[in-house]
Amino acid sequence: MNSILSSVLPAPEDPVLSVIFACRDDPSPVKLNLSAGTYRTEEGKPLVLDVVRRAEQQLANDLSRDKEYLPLNGLPEFNKLSTKLILGDDSPALKENRVVTTQCLSGTGSLRVGAEFLATHNKESVIFVPNPTWGNHPRIFTLAGLSVQYFRYYDPKSRGLDFKGMLEDLGAAPPGAIVVLQACAHNPTGVDPTFEQWEKIRRLVRSKSLLPFFDSAYQGFASGSLDADAQAVRMFVADGGECLIAQSYAKNMGLYGERIGSLTIVCTSEDVAKKVENQVLLVVRPMYLTPPIHGASIVATILKNSDMYNDWTIELKGMADRIISMRQQLYAALEARGTPGDWSHIIKHIGMFTFTGLSEEQVRLMAKEYHIYMTYDGRISMASLSSKTVPQLADAIHAVVTRIA
Amino acid sequence: MASLMLSLGSTSLLPREINKDKLKLGTSASNPFLKAKSFSRVTMTVAVKPSRFEGITMAPPDPILGVSEAFKADTNGMKLNLGVGAYRTEELQPYVLNVVKKAENLMLERGDNKEYLPIEGLAAFNKATAELLFGAGHPVIKEQRVATIQGLSGTGSLRLAAALIERYFPGAKVVISSPTWGNHKNIFNDAKVPWSEYRYYDPKTIGLDFEGMIADIKEAPEGSFILLHGCAHNPTGIDPTPEQWVKIADVIQEKNHIPFFDVAYQGFASGSLDEDAASVRLFAERGMEFFVAQSYSKNLGLYAERIGAINVVCSSADAATRVKSQLKRIARPMYSNPPVHGARIVANVVGDVTMFSEWKAEMEMMAGRIKTVRQELYDSLVSKDKSGKDWSFILKQIGMFSFTGLNKAQSDNMTDKWHVYMTKDGRISLAGLSLAKCEYLADAIIDSYHNALLYWETPIEL
Repeated sequence: MNSILSSVLPAPEDPVLSVIFACRDDPSPVKLNLSAGTYRTEEGKPLVLDVVRRAEQQLANDLSRDKEYLPLNGLPEFNKLSTKLILGDDSPALKENRVVTTQCLSGTGSLRVGAEFLATHNKESVIFVPNPTWGNHPRIFTLAGLSVQYFRYYDPKSRGLDFKGMLEDLGAAPPGAIVVLQACAHNPTGVDPTFEQWEKIRRLVRSKSLLPFFDSAYQGFASGSLDADAQAVRMFVADGGECLIAQSYAKNMGLYGERIGSLTIVCTSEDVAKKVENQVLLVVRPMYLTPPIHGASIVATILKNSDMYNDWTIELKGMADRIISMRQQLYAALEARGTPGDWSHIIKHIGMFTFTGLSEEQVRLMAKEYHIYMTYDGRISMASLSSKTVPQLADAIHAVVTRIA
Repeated sequence: MASLMLSLGSTSLLPREINKDKLKLGTSASNPFLKAKSFSRVTMTVAVKPSRFEGITMAPPDPILGVSEAFKADTNGMKLNLGVGAYRTEELQPYVLNVVKKAENLMLERGDNKEYLPIEGLAAFNKATAELLFGAGHPVIKEQRVATIQGLSGTGSLRLAAALIERYFPGAKVVISSPTWGNHKNIFNDAKVPWSEYRYYDPKTIGLDFEGMIADIKEAPEGSFILLHGCAHNPTGIDPTPEQWVKIADVIQEKNHIPFFDVAYQGFASGSLDEDAASVRLFAERGMEFFVAQSYSKNLGLYAERIGAINVVCSSADAATRVKSQLKRIARPMYSNPPVHGARIVANVVGDVTMFSEWKAEMEMMAGRIKTVRQELYDSLVSKDKSGKDWSFILKQIGMFSFTGLNKAQSDNMTDKWHVYMTKDGRISLAGLSLAKCEYLADAIIDSYHNALLYWETPIEL
């Protein structure tokens, strides 16, 4: 039968997924998957936070709850609490009612809804993303109707920030262009600007009338402090200018599969905020109508209860500390082996990921002969390491670095 | 902060001067950020430029949401909300199915993790949903010819399909019933898929304009997508008969059109999952390639969990694999992967023999209540209305909604005089009607039908 679907080609393989599948199919008992961005315990297991379980139990015990449709912009309680978390309780922008928050499907959904809104309402449709950035960023923005360009970010020589290049590229951006800034724990490099660098970035962005679009996927997960990890965002909001912020609770509350996040648009006035809110709903309605309730209810339950909130900050710090400890252990292990090269970037970088600096050839050798899997850009997830597997990784890095220059 | 309600509020398009006093920037007392770090000097730029979003206008209010808001604001004790499409008990309360609570408790006890689902969703859910739709063991499933992706309820599933159509069937049109669910047009507009309408509702008979429907489907350019409601048509409640479905399938095949089913009420319309899937299965029997969007909002009461699926029945397993990969490619930059909670609930309920039976019983109960209320409303209308008008269309319609045949003026009278809230197209939600209120509603309908034009006619100026 002649299929109407014959023109449908198979989609190209997603690079991260192909690594995951290759690892899955590897029969070696010592294989190590360092490619996926999900937290693992010291025992290598996924983690559901205690406070999340408690919140779920509380919700289940509350017989007054129902499953009626949420408003188009999501659970109101969640929206209020989520905005306070990123902006701070006493943010002037909140007090002046010029902040619009919409519950969305985790970070991706928040970015997509924000991008679609901007594609319709921002005069300039160019959006700058760091080079490199999270693999899904360019696709999200392109499908929303924006035109993606890159600004220099990572310097492979120093394995740090190419600050000069960044400022030059942003300085040359057309006025009104959108700039994606990762709020902390840059994915995939692990390289964040310093506080002083953020201030310079802010001044440049404002002087060029660029529109910042923050991607905040790791608040509290990077340094262990929710406030410290929100500093860059708050710095921009404090100057009274406009910005967009996409938040995700996938990592910092371990709610990956619940798809819970929010899009916040900071406007210059309450009037504008009302109109913006109204128009954002028009993006959401034909996409999925209203967002899912479960993750939002969990987050709201935890954020509004001071005991649960405190317990959360402790568990959150625990995760962040474990990752920092893995960094220190890996660095020490490489130093101990006298592995050629400067590996200090491992402890200078922050967050779940690090660019090891390994070449693609070295990465493939790591997979083929040492059964250690990472993405081809040399990115590893520190959250997937444990004290037991650090020596194995250090041995393998040492081996491939000495075999392939 | 501004409420959700889409009000026609201020639409000032003039740039406003920003009140600098209100900004109160940069003192270390008010800015927690400055407390965290101390340094000698920070220059904060005061934003004095007008907003880049200044020119945005307020969108028109959503007609259905507006009904609920107006209902809330009404203080009259007799008020009745027949606007929204969510099931209510006889006590007019929202209803969480017992089997859903059971499943959630089970999930809690098991301590399931919260890892990302694959882009295509929960495998157990995808398997269950396709089997519910086609019947377990159906050839399309056995032969692996169905590409199933978990989607965000009906809307999200329709949107994925619309994006696939836009990408792989450039220029192809979707033909939708007149009238249809309000959001259908928004979805296709947003996905940039052109659409047109086929005749469906006949106001003269308050029934199906079958000849008009067939003629319009025939006239559509070959290879058009024909959007069909699997059962319980929204907003009319009017479904084709089994014989009419056969003729619809004939004309669609004749014109090489592609059927595109929206199945939001399987099990909720007649009370039987299999009976409500008859139209879809008829098309599957024909060996056609077609799309089906599913939702578990109503039949499992999972409105807020956003759980549904898009199924594409293909002529080969190879085509199904390719289609699935492209649907994933559309989902990834939209929300990466779908939410796990609702999917697990469905998979648990369907996967357990006892819970599945319990679900079927609760679904029969919900559909049964609606049928009972229809009958009661009909009986009240017949006993109270002496004009001899034929009200039997109420019994012939099926599902949550009913087109009353009332026009806008008459619908306005329902609300203004009787405090009965409904949409202006004459649609009432029977799910929001209790037996206790049937008489009152009958009075309202009879009065509005016969007298509304008299009440609201503009007097001639002499």
